[in-house]
Amino acid sequence: MKKYITLGTIALALGTLLCACGKGDNAQEDAPKGTVLLNVSYDPTREFYSEYNKWFIEKIEVEGTDKLDIKQSHGGSGKQARAVIDGLEADVVTLALSPDIDAIAQRSGKIPADWQKKLPNNSCPYTSTIVFLVRKGNPKGIQNWGDLARDGIEVITPNPKTSGGARWNYLAAWAWADEEYKGDEDKIHAFMSKMFHNVPVLDSGARGSTTTFVQRGIGDVLLAWENEAFLAMKEFGNDKFDIVVPPISIKAEPPVAIVEGVVSTNGHAALAQKYLENLYSPFAQALAARHFYRPCHPEMADAKDMARFPAVRMVTIDDKFGGWTKTQDLHFKDGGIFDQIFTAETK
Amino acid sequence: MNKNKRNSSRRVLPGFGISLGYTVMYLSLIVLLPLSAAFIETAGMGLEGFWNAVTRPRVLAALKLSFGLSLIAAFVNSVAGLLVAWVLARYQFPGRKLVDAAIDLPFALPTAVAGIALTAVYAPNGWLGAPLADIGIKIAFAPPGILIALMFVGLPFAVRTVQPVLENLDSELEEASAMLGASRLTTFRRVILPVLLPSVLTGFAMCFARGVGEYGSVVFISGNMPMKTEIAPLLIVTELEQYDFHAATAIAVVMLLLSFSVLFIINMLQAWSNRRTGHSRA
Amino acid sequence: MAKTVHPRLLSPGFSRAMQDPKWARRLLCGTALLFLALLLLVPLAAVFTEALRKGWGAFFESFNNPDARYAIYLTLLVAGISVPLNLVFGLAASWAVTKHDFPGKSLLITLIDLPFSVSPVVSGLILVLVFGVHGWFGSFFNSIGLQVIFAVPGIVLATVFVTFPFVAREIIPAMEAAGRDEEQAAIMLGASWWQILHRITLPNVRWALLYGVLLCNARAMGEFGAVSVVSGHIRGETNTVPLHVEILYNEYNFVAAFAMASLLAVLALLTLVAKTALEWRIQHLEKEAVTERTRHRENEPAA
Repeated sequence: MKKYITLGTIALALGTLLCACGKGDNAQEDAPKGTVLLNVSYDPTREFYSEYNKWFIEKIEVEGTDKLDIKQSHGGSGKQARAVIDGLEADVVTLALSPDIDAIAQRSGKIPADWQKKLPNNSCPYTSTIVFLVRKGNPKGIQNWGDLARDGIEVITPNPKTSGGARWNYLAAWAWADEEYKGDEDKIHAFMSKMFHNVPVLDSGARGSTTTFVQRGIGDVLLAWENEAFLAMKEFGNDKFDIVVPPISIKAEPPVAIVEGVVSTNGHAALAQKYLENLYSPFAQALAARHFYRPCHPEMADAKDMARFPAVRMVTIDDKFGGWTKTQDLHFKDGGIFDQIFTAETK
Repeated sequence: MNKNKRNSSRRVLPGFGISLGYTVMYLSLIVLLPLSAAFIETAGMGLEGFWNAVTRPRVLAALKLSFGLSLIAAFVNSVAGLLVAWVLARYQFPGRKLVDAAIDLPFALPTAVAGIALTAVYAPNGWLGAPLADIGIKIAFAPPGILIALMFVGLPFAVRTVQPVLENLDSELEEASAMLGASRLTTFRRVILPVLLPSVLTGFAMCFARGVGEYGSVVFISGNMPMKTEIAPLLIVTELEQYDFHAATAIAVVMLLLSFSVLFIINMLQAWSNRRTGHSRA
Repeated sequence: MAKTVHPRLLSPGFSRAMQDPKWARRLLCGTALLFLALLLLVPLAAVFTEALRKGWGAFFESFNNPDARYAIYLTLLVAGISVPLNLVFGLAASWAVTKHDFPGKSLLITLIDLPFSVSPVVSGLILVLVFGVHGWFGSFFNSIGLQVIFAVPGIVLATVFVTFPFVAREIIPAMEAAGRDEEQAAIMLGASWWQILHRITLPNVRWALLYGVLLCNARAMGEFGAVSVVSGHIRGETNTVPLHVEILYNEYNFVAAFAMASLLAVLALLTLVAKTALEWRIQHLEKEAVTERTRHRENEPAA
């Protein structure tokens, strides 16, 4: 019985020790306590925002405002939007596509319906496009969208249902097919179905797909955000992959917005506004270009960075597909065209 | 303490009211209340809406995959678990203690870590995946990969339910069987296996229940193809990310009901095995 | 141990029938070990190989990061809250269930086991349904300014839910096996409830209790699925170690991801070591008790 008491004491002591050392750690983290801004974003923006945040905090502190800390949260765009709807207290959201911010606006009312008009350029401080990342030397000779539907080609893309990037992938392919087959729905469907038939792994987010292609060595071509493709080249070496730019692609517009419902109660409204407005500043624009996003003010970016972007003819969601609301309903809702394509190809 | 009736000697121990009260309250608050939320949420859909939500081809395929693979994994684990338990309980070999301890590893190792590690090992360019890919066997990003992950998380249950029974097994039965001239194999089949069967079945059911709900380790290795390698828990997450709470909870309710029946069977089995062997639950 | 042995037991043919043939032993042992190696050892080895790919420097460097340290702190904090909660519950439940008879007992035991078979994802989902902003109590908690989901309380709730049955599952059989006689004797001798708990019941189940706490703790620190649904993934705020592993992995920071993962693997191994030590200790104590008893019996006639 004595032993049990001793053991209990030891366990308790150990617990206290753990807590104590944990607390110690925490004290360090909590030291620069002040205003904390939360930016809820999607997968590929981590690197860009961690640098931007550093710059923004310094800038704010120079201007003599309170201590500021900016927390980041990254994940699939849809997942992040859902978290905000369910009460994640984001001050600003910087997501992969506008339907996700629309969803927050509609379902939680925390963002005004006309959010996209609040900031310049449809609230998109930077844009991107969809390109192909292929194995070095492009052994399968993939040059255009049509090649993705060839037999024996493995295409890696995330799931358009859950990944914002994947929806852009899907729409870019659709845009090509629409021109190629002159709007013949059956042929477009057949092509899309064939292409998704070539997908061996359907990750839920853009990062998952990149890892599958790069780390696991699966697939011949990765459909990716231009910035993801460049980043993968940078991280894993130029000697392993090539970027192929298709003759036509889509202008991917990842928008940003203030979550009014949150900032109106915690008093971060002015700060959040400043945070997003500064994304259009020369520094942020140049930084975006450095991180392989196409800035909306190319003249502010370093010419060397800009030279890396290949010329590509880009269609826009509004011109080609009649806006996101329509597209979302037609293609991506349950039982929509994407579901039809997917269930058709497995038959 | 409040009721000191003479003849209710069984209630003589104190603290019944408070301990049961606390148990029921805590249970209701932490488990029953949230679980009932799932059922009430789906009740709002109406029977037809519920039925339509869970009979979509993609949902059916996911449920079939989850339950089918969990069954296979539970079966493989039961056989392998019996073998491992036998080796650990009956044989002496160097490092036996170490192996014995290692059985609980999947239990203590976080599922996400297990998933990443298994994917790294069994991917076409991994340690084991590469040689297997050379002979045309695909593990990761295919159903066999999910199977391996499910086997990984379920193994401790299969071993740990059988092992104590095997260790406590009365050797007299075996001696008697041997004395009556039965061969070793016959003894195993006719004497040992029937005694072990209830615990093997319990282990099977637990592996199965664990496998059906497993998420963390599977998402990394499965490939997540709708209709092919998409498991039911992943589908729930996917529905959530599309803001379709109703569909997500509907699938969750189906899984809950199925798990609940499995659990019910486990307890029935345990009662059955208690009656047969006179042991209390393992 | 003077037991009469039937002559047939000593014949060589019999011992062969009682023991598995050598080739069978080898085969069974080999198969079992190979199976375990492929399933358990290789992934574990992979974790450590990847973590040390760039040497020990890079390995330790991964912990020298405020977000990583915060994740460790949060994981300890969450486990530190959930394990005691479930420990108290386990004790209360097992006391009620094993020391008393009441209708609906087996239903109660089944309900205690329930969270075990609920998918972690589902448990996260139902917590959002109840405590999320649009959930039943969302507006209530919102009005008192307490954020549950996407904050530490939600993570604790999810962890408590997932590890709910662990302690109870271990203690109930042990208390059942210990019976009620000792407690009943004690109460007749006028012992208080606290004295009974403290001097009889708890010492009787101490090993089961510790074992349950160890497993509960390991599971609490490693939970991924449920926590992932309710966490919000805010770095340095709601990221536990398993979530941080996923984040690092998604940032192509594989060394750091596996380094954090190896931390959890080490924790798993430590749990196993502690568990083995516990078992060894029990055996040791039991043996001691047996020799004590025999010595006692041998002394009896002399006394």
